[in-house]
Amino acid sequence: MRDRVWIYSGLAVFVAVLTCPFWYALARAHAASRPPQLVLPANQTQCVAPVSFMRASHMQMLLDWREDVVRRDDHRFVAYDGKIYQKSLTRTCLGCHSKQQFCDRCHAYTGVSGPYCWDCHNDPRHLAAGVTPEAQSMRAGGFDRTQSMLSHFPKLTTSSPTSRQPEQTAAGRTP
Amino acid sequence: MKITRKDFLRLSGLSVLAAGAVRTFEAAKAAGQSAIRPLRGSGGAPRKQLAMAIDLRKCRQRPGCDLCMKACRDAHNVPVIADPRHEVKWIWNAPFAEVFPLEQSAYTERNYTGSPLPVLCNHCDEPACVRVCPTGATWKRSEDGIVMMDWHRCIGCKYCMVACPYEARSFNFVDPRPYIEHINSDFPTRSMGVVEKCNFCAERLAAGKQPACVEACPANAIAFGDSSDPNSPVCLALSASFSLRRKPELGTGPNVHSIV
Amino acid sequence: MFEKALAGGRRYWLWVGFLLAVSFLGLFDWVREQQIGLGVTALTRDVPWGLYIGQFVFFVGLGASALVVVLPYYLHNWKAFAKITLLGEILGMVSVFMAMLFIFVSMGRPMRLINVLWYPHPNSLIFWDINVLSGYVLLNAIVTTTILWSERQGIAPPRWTRFLVMLSLPWAVSIHTVTAFILCGLVARPYWLTPLMAPRFLASAFTSGAALLALLALLMRRLGVFDVGEEAIQKLRTIATYCLLTHVFFDLNEIFTVFYSRIPEHVAHIDYLFAGLDGNDLYAPWMQLSALFALAALAIFLIPALRNRSSLLPWACAFAFFSMLIEKGLGLMVGGFVPTAFGVTAAYAPNLSEWTVVAGIWAFGALLITVLYKIALAVRAEAES
Repeated sequence: MRDRVWIYSGLAVFVAVLTCPFWYALARAHAASRPPQLVLPANQTQCVAPVSFMRASHMQMLLDWREDVVRRDDHRFVAYDGKIYQKSLTRTCLGCHSKQQFCDRCHAYTGVSGPYCWDCHNDPRHLAAGVTPEAQSMRAGGFDRTQSMLSHFPKLTTSSPTSRQPEQTAAGRTP
Repeated sequence: MKITRKDFLRLSGLSVLAAGAVRTFEAAKAAGQSAIRPLRGSGGAPRKQLAMAIDLRKCRQRPGCDLCMKACRDAHNVPVIADPRHEVKWIWNAPFAEVFPLEQSAYTERNYTGSPLPVLCNHCDEPACVRVCPTGATWKRSEDGIVMMDWHRCIGCKYCMVACPYEARSFNFVDPRPYIEHINSDFPTRSMGVVEKCNFCAERLAAGKQPACVEACPANAIAFGDSSDPNSPVCLALSASFSLRRKPELGTGPNVHSIV
Repeated sequence: MFEKALAGGRRYWLWVGFLLAVSFLGLFDWVREQQIGLGVTALTRDVPWGLYIGQFVFFVGLGASALVVVLPYYLHNWKAFAKITLLGEILGMVSVFMAMLFIFVSMGRPMRLINVLWYPHPNSLIFWDINVLSGYVLLNAIVTTTILWSERQGIAPPRWTRFLVMLSLPWAVSIHTVTAFILCGLVARPYWLTPLMAPRFLASAFTSGAALLALLALLMRRLGVFDVGEEAIQKLRTIATYCLLTHVFFDLNEIFTVFYSRIPEHVAHIDYLFAGLDGNDLYAPWMQLSALFALAALAIFLIPALRNRSSLLPWACAFAFFSMLIEKGLGLMVGGFVPTAFGVTAAYAPNLSEWTVVAGIWAFGALLITVLYKIALAVRAEAES
């Protein structure tokens, strides 16, 4: 076992190279440890599900909605509080949220560039502003950690979920 | 018992295969069950089947009219691609001799050449495209007989285009977005590499509206409705006049009728 | 065992390097096709399947044709095939792998391929095809590696390998039958709508497979790499002869039915392929060449004066192989789509982009064959010495 030192150091280098994306991401996140500045809808205090659920499982919910609408012609979503929503990314989600200042910012921050929703689905605000859907790139802005989205979430109210509201930044909306 | 590296690799390979096979088998069983669409509904009533009757006599009154096609493009973000190799078509005009090759005669040639003849997906009773689709990205909806498409699931194998006798399906050979005149934000565009076709405006029906082409026609040339209901507009139109369907001899059961 | 592939002379490494270079060229071109869209190929709305699917069909056939050596050797104990059977199995496995690559490159959304297994629809022949093709590759991979491994240990192969080999025989027939069923069950395509499709496919497959194996054997003997024995080559020739005869017979059957019945839409496709339609006769010279090749191969195989001249054998095999390649690898697809369901004669000629991807897959297949044959022959040589 004269080669033991070579084998183990080789293995160590291999593991280091293999995991370097994680270390890199970790280091970067630490250097700019500010969470993204998410813009929440004005005049809206509640989403279709509690924030913890949405944060963890919004993708699964979108997939479920997609199957229901496309394959089962089922458009009605009954929320946890009994409110009725239309299962629609464009009408319901984007009716309140801004794609650029909500979806994109968090996705850019977490490095999840994957979902190809926008290859097909449209951002009405973007189209209205005359910007082609392709031309968007978002960066996470600097923001105070205490103002992360967690602190703004919900108390139940009953305003219309599909009305499009002008946005305001999350700052100053802390309950 | 000593497990060698080779045994370990073999065992893990087999387990992965077995797990995959179980998943596939169960999904296949479910698919087999859902693929069966009885001809009659639960109460013994005939199944609802949406159908369309296009009155070409009214179309011929308005040479060069393409309002139904325009309405469809605007409603569904259908791109206008000049290159005929890559065209995307939902509802389009075709010459009589191509649509009804067996009915062509000197009379039809003299009288029908150049007049509009809109064609679209026939939402067949026995759709060949549905039979061949390997993923269920296209299927026949049991509630109303629309041949639907799920663009999320389409793998772009183009088998449905090969199987469709009506050339009603289009493949996105290029990114369609630059070719869309006005993007309707309410309806998705398609991504490159998937197949698309007419959906009988399922999204408008869900909102209680008529299909876009039906609504757009100033001459009310397009009758639409349930072919199992004798009082539906489509049945009334068809009982009043003789009509043709494309290639009924193939047994696909097309549901778009042309009143010549 | 893989280390055997790393010991080779200058000629070997040059060949491997060349094949790698062409493979990468094909890979880059495919990536480009996926980024810009399949619009950069010559495929159209009217001809959605072209060179890629034609090549797919041809290589599934080549894969099934491993049967022409496996069956005589295992079922009938033809000792003449003792040396070549393993090579035939490897050729079959690699061919089917190439066929799967051809499906992959023709897809608009290849990354969603898993949907075929995730949402299986047994109604679709593609579901069955993907299953039997991957099963066949797996089966042959297990059999060949186990046999080689046993030879290396100097022991007889375990008894279950014989069971797997027996299983691979009907399986080989099934892969090409399912491939034929993909095409011959479509009411929209009269040219393919014939129950003779699967038998015809098998006859042409066994012809091209036997011819290619004979060619490879002759080449390896010429290069001084390996000699499978004269008897094996002669037997392959006999097999190729009868399969080609059967194939030509089947083709003539089709021609009779179509031209005696004169159903216009059946006549139109064959007219277009062999003579041209509406002034579009792009494929006529090729299809005529394919027919000529088949006849030339038959002449060399059958006429005693030519049969006995061994220098003509590689020519006959090459004629037979290329005849099948043209007819199945290109003509079959074009004939199915042109004239279209609308009666319009659309022009489709594969463009440079498609040929580059095809060259890449061919090169990759040749690379796999080179490396696997190298390993197999080296292990055998070691075991014998």
